[in-house]
Amino acid sequence: MDRFSWSNGLLEINETLVIQQRGVRLYDGDDKAKLDVGVALLSTHRLIWRDVKNHECCIAMPLSQILLFEEQAAGIGKSAKIVIHLHATPDNKEPGPYQHSKYPFIKLSFKEHGQIEFYRRLTEEMTQKRWENTPVSQSIPTGTVSQAGRTRAVGIVGIERKIEEKRKETDKNISEAFEDLSQLMVKAKEMVELSRSIANKIKDKQGDITEDETIRFKSYLLSMGIANPVTRDTYGSGTHYHMQLAKQLGDMLQAPLEERGGMMALTEVYCLVNRARGMELLSPEDLVNACKMFESLKLPLRLRVFDSGVMVVQLQSHSEEEMIASALDNVTDKGSLTAEEFAKLLGLSVLLSKERLLLAEKVGHLCRDDSVEGLRFYPNLF
Amino acid sequence: MHRRGVGAGAIAKKKLAEARYKERGTVLAEDQIVQMSKQLETFKSNLEEFASKHKQEIRKNPQFRVQFQEMCATIGVDPLASGKGFWSEMLGVGDFYYELGVQIVEVCLALKHRNGGLITLDELHQRVLKGRGKYAQEVSQDDLMRAIKKLKVMGNGFGMIPVGGSYLVQSVPAELNMDHTVVLQLSEKKGYVTVSEIKESLKWEKERACHVLDHLLKEGLAWLDSQAAGEAQYWLPALFSEITSRDVTPEEANQMTP
Repeated sequence: MDRFSWSNGLLEINETLVIQQRGVRLYDGDDKAKLDVGVALLSTHRLIWRDVKNHECCIAMPLSQILLFEEQAAGIGKSAKIVIHLHATPDNKEPGPYQHSKYPFIKLSFKEHGQIEFYRRLTEEMTQKRWENTPVSQSIPTGTVSQAGRTRAVGIVGIERKIEEKRKETDKNISEAFEDLSQLMVKAKEMVELSRSIANKIKDKQGDITEDETIRFKSYLLSMGIANPVTRDTYGSGTHYHMQLAKQLGDMLQAPLEERGGMMALTEVYCLVNRARGMELLSPEDLVNACKMFESLKLPLRLRVFDSGVMVVQLQSHSEEEMIASALDNVTDKGSLTAEEFAKLLGLSVLLSKERLLLAEKVGHLCRDDSVEGLRFYPNLF
Repeated sequence: MHRRGVGAGAIAKKKLAEARYKERGTVLAEDQIVQMSKQLETFKSNLEEFASKHKQEIRKNPQFRVQFQEMCATIGVDPLASGKGFWSEMLGVGDFYYELGVQIVEVCLALKHRNGGLITLDELHQRVLKGRGKYAQEVSQDDLMRAIKKLKVMGNGFGMIPVGGSYLVQSVPAELNMDHTVVLQLSEKKGYVTVSEIKESLKWEKERACHVLDHLLKEGLAWLDSQAAGEAQYWLPALFSEITSRDVTPEEANQMTP
């Protein structure tokens, strides 16, 4: 425990928080440390621990101090632990809670679990050693200043102090935001775990939860941004929100689709709709989930996925046969066509005109001439 | 005093307890949904409070956004999954990234005629910033990458190819396998590559090199300069656009957009 130094707990400019876990008690070797249970934080550069009740009591240790570490399984009445073996104390270490320790290792005892994830992240950080790439400045030492430092001109020290104060102020704002965010995340995590528990029960019971409750559950997941683990459901991954959206899209896209030959790439729809909304924009997933409901809601639009992966919205009235017939007509008329030429002819995007030609080729009406000059389609005379 | 744990009676009791527990399990799930609804309300007001204090931080500070995203990922939450999500609605993270998505699609569409649908992350970043104007919020490359990740959901071939120290952003569904990617990476230094260079660096046969280069030509990702001194050079417009070509203005690009 004598490797730790007092810290203000603020992250440096290039330092990122990796994980934090509350309910952690520190051990000096095999003995309980003279500290209460607190929050352990792992950053890209340090291991930090803060007392839950007394926020001023905060200590930190650079990750470079760590020699090796291992898990210690929980036992009866004993929490799981991570044992961390340490290098010798460097000469310039800042003061901390322990002047001296007879042990070259510490333990983190996880009274509220979380050791598995913490161990995993610690392993990642100790492998990547990100602190070596982005060194952070040492905070200005609170106590000792070297002899050389004392001889600096007062003016410069004053300026430096101002800069440092401003940085600390900014840091403090961010730190506060960050702390509040961390608290929020703890609560969000509880929601995630609760939702997983519910999802498991739904999976096992197959039909004891009413449809209404399932729909409600899905809308809770949507609000929290939790992926839907329940695969068996009546409306796809849609909710009432998506049904509403689907109807709105049905109205909104009618005219634009007519103008564009009955078909629009989904990314184009995304831009069109969001530009029109201005705010409270749709996420890509919202759009996809809404479009998936066109058929079940009996709207005159369809979401379609081509072999290439391209997704489009098309008017149901523009049937497959019509598109293929029109492609064949145009190609026969001109003798041959490339996607670009076809696009100009129809006023379509190159992407979509290519898909139509490919469709016609697929059913055998067209055949291709593939060369470095481009892909050209001819009527299939075979 | 009953004797516990031994005998046929005890086994039957255990089975009964298990059956009861299972039955309670059903009730518990319904209870849990009610519980979740309550917790959700609490969470919503906590988030509102957080937003009232720190909403600006998310909008102004790219670093904070990164940490926010990473924390969400750690606990299994996607704040960008839906515009209807709490995170979107109250923190405004959603609008920030979805709008960025629109801007990315528009830039890629405008330049597709020139680079075939491949653009460096740097160039994309510059052009998006330019499009947003002087007074808009700062946008980092991390922000762009997260927005692109979301765009992938809509098909249309959005992807990122690691090249040099950064990425090429692909916005068309062109099939690019390992061979194509490796040649792109080789071209990064000078913006072009020759068959000899490929043979020498990658130790490929001529046929393999030509096959890959032909595919890039066909997809519009590479241009052939057959009049170059020495041997033919295959240029990647996505890579050389910053070095040599004249900048295409948005008006010109609009005219040329299919």
